[in-house]
Amino acid sequence: MSTIEDIAGQDEPTAPAPISPGFDWVRLVPLLTVFAIITLWSLAASRGWVSKVFLPSPLAVLKSAYQVSVSGFADSTLLQHLLASLGRVFGALAASIVVAVPIGAIIASSRIGRGIFDPIVEFLRPLPPLAYLPLIIIWFGIGEASKVLVIGLAMAPPIIIATAAGVRSVSRDRLNAARSLGATRSQLLRFVVLPSALPSIVTGIRIALGAGWSTLVAAELVAASRGLGFMIQSAATFLGTDVVILGIAVIGIVAILLELLMRALERRFVPWSTHL
Amino acid sequence: MYKLHIDKVTFAYGPLQPPVLADIGLSIGSDEFVAVVGRSGSGKTSLLSLAAGFLKPTKGRVHIDGRTVEGPSAERAVVFQDDALFPWLTARQNVGFALKLKGIPKAERERRVAELLAHVDLAACADKAIWELSGGMRQRVGIARALAADPEFLLMDEPLGALDALTRERMQEFLLHLWQDSGAGVLLITHSIEEALFLATRVVVLAPSPRRIVADIPVTFGRRLLQGDTSRAIKSDPAFVAARERLRDLIELQDFEV
Ligand SMILES: Nc1ncnc2c1ncn2[C@@H]1O[C@H](COP(=O)(O)OP(=O)(O)OP(=O)(O)O)[C@@H](O)[C@H]1O
Ligand SMILES: [Mg+2]
Repeated sequence: MSTIEDIAGQDEPTAPAPISPGFDWVRLVPLLTVFAIITLWSLAASRGWVSKVFLPSPLAVLKSAYQVSVSGFADSTLLQHLLASLGRVFGALAASIVVAVPIGAIIASSRIGRGIFDPIVEFLRPLPPLAYLPLIIIWFGIGEASKVLVIGLAMAPPIIIATAAGVRSVSRDRLNAARSLGATRSQLLRFVVLPSALPSIVTGIRIALGAGWSTLVAAELVAASRGLGFMIQSAATFLGTDVVILGIAVIGIVAILLELLMRALERRFVPWSTHL
Repeated sequence: MYKLHIDKVTFAYGPLQPPVLADIGLSIGSDEFVAVVGRSGSGKTSLLSLAAGFLKPTKGRVHIDGRTVEGPSAERAVVFQDDALFPWLTARQNVGFALKLKGIPKAERERRVAELLAHVDLAACADKAIWELSGGMRQRVGIARALAADPEFLLMDEPLGALDALTRERMQEFLLHLWQDSGAGVLLITHSIEEALFLATRVVVLAPSPRRIVADIPVTFGRRLLQGDTSRAIKSDPAFVAARERLRDLIELQDFEV
């Protein structure tokens, strides 16, 4: 039988584990990976393991970064290429949010709506943009609209799916609570359904941004005069491998920055997402 | 005075399911405090949902003096078993929700909300997020949110379930005063026989399968608190203890019938 002393004594010997004040070395591992890759790359270039035409040294890429930034490549500076691409992606994002959020809400709230839109979304979602690019060019020409459309088509499905999931998961109790506090249908939509679905919508937008950014090169394949994808392709035709690598690096780094930005926005604007 | 009538109501969750409630009759006056006790799963939440208009009777009718209840409305505010607060709003905004829906001007709204928050002893936490509050605090926000709708009837599902014994007793006293001040009829669902006896003007016992009302007992212990007695004195009064034991027998007897 346990006595009061037994019970009271139980937690005495094990002092709480101190929170380690030391530096967390494991956090350096990703940095080490990057460092190793760049070292290997430098070695391969400087020792002549690979021809300079195929693999210019990191320094050469940095030099071309400077050159493209200052004097430009194919009539535009690096910043102008970047802004052209960002403009297309964010234009497509705005357009697909406007279209996709209502469609997602309709799919979630009506069986007929779901029947109408579900097959379209499910068909579109796995299609690679290069597959429908020619068709879009035949239909809409080679102007800016086609590029934005290609990117937008890749962005809409994740937003539609996330919106539908968000709207479907609205808590019945919360809806009932609002109704018994006097909410009308439109007030329910605005004050309960929308904020409940918002975390999911924001997640959808984050995924869409990644999807849209990765279709950039395809979208700029035809008749672009500016943009990171265009820059890579025109450099490739002259075997300007340094600019190709530069373009790839910028696209990759911007993608990471966009992801971080979206996560920060998520924390800032939908802090309740983990408390639904 | 209004009366909320649950009139010969039978309710099943689906056409093929056995009824959860069978032929229930219960009326609640807007000056009454009716407590419903019964074991877990006896249909208490279902009964409250019918009164709130969240569920429609399979048979029978819910009405307020002849006017059929078609759905939820602010005249019947609800405090939920698991709070159902809006996590995208602060405590203050949750309480102000009904006033905002009504389009009450901001200044007036803020004054009312501050009053209600002070009333439930939460003025200090008004601008906290919901997930920063304790279970008991959340329940108090839920009660204040319901009161803000200025309801004729306050329907509460286990509002004090999450509280420790001492806080619970304070909240019981608070609920009694609230009922007296607000002029709303109260339907309180609780697991606690003692709580029901202490607070209610009528205690209703819901028996499990066949789920029906097996007792409807008028009580007066709460009035003594309003007249100045302490909770402790009332709850240890032999009359109270005897009533509690009898009620308990009644509920346990029902369990054996199953
Ligand atoms: N949405 C539902 N669909 C089908 N059956 C349900 C549903 N909600 C409740 N039930 C059933 O109805 C019966 C009564 O449930 P109810 O929630 O009304 O009980 P309760 O008395 O409130 O229980 P507790 O004290 O545990 O909250 C239970 O047998 C339960 O399984
Ligand atoms: Mg219940």
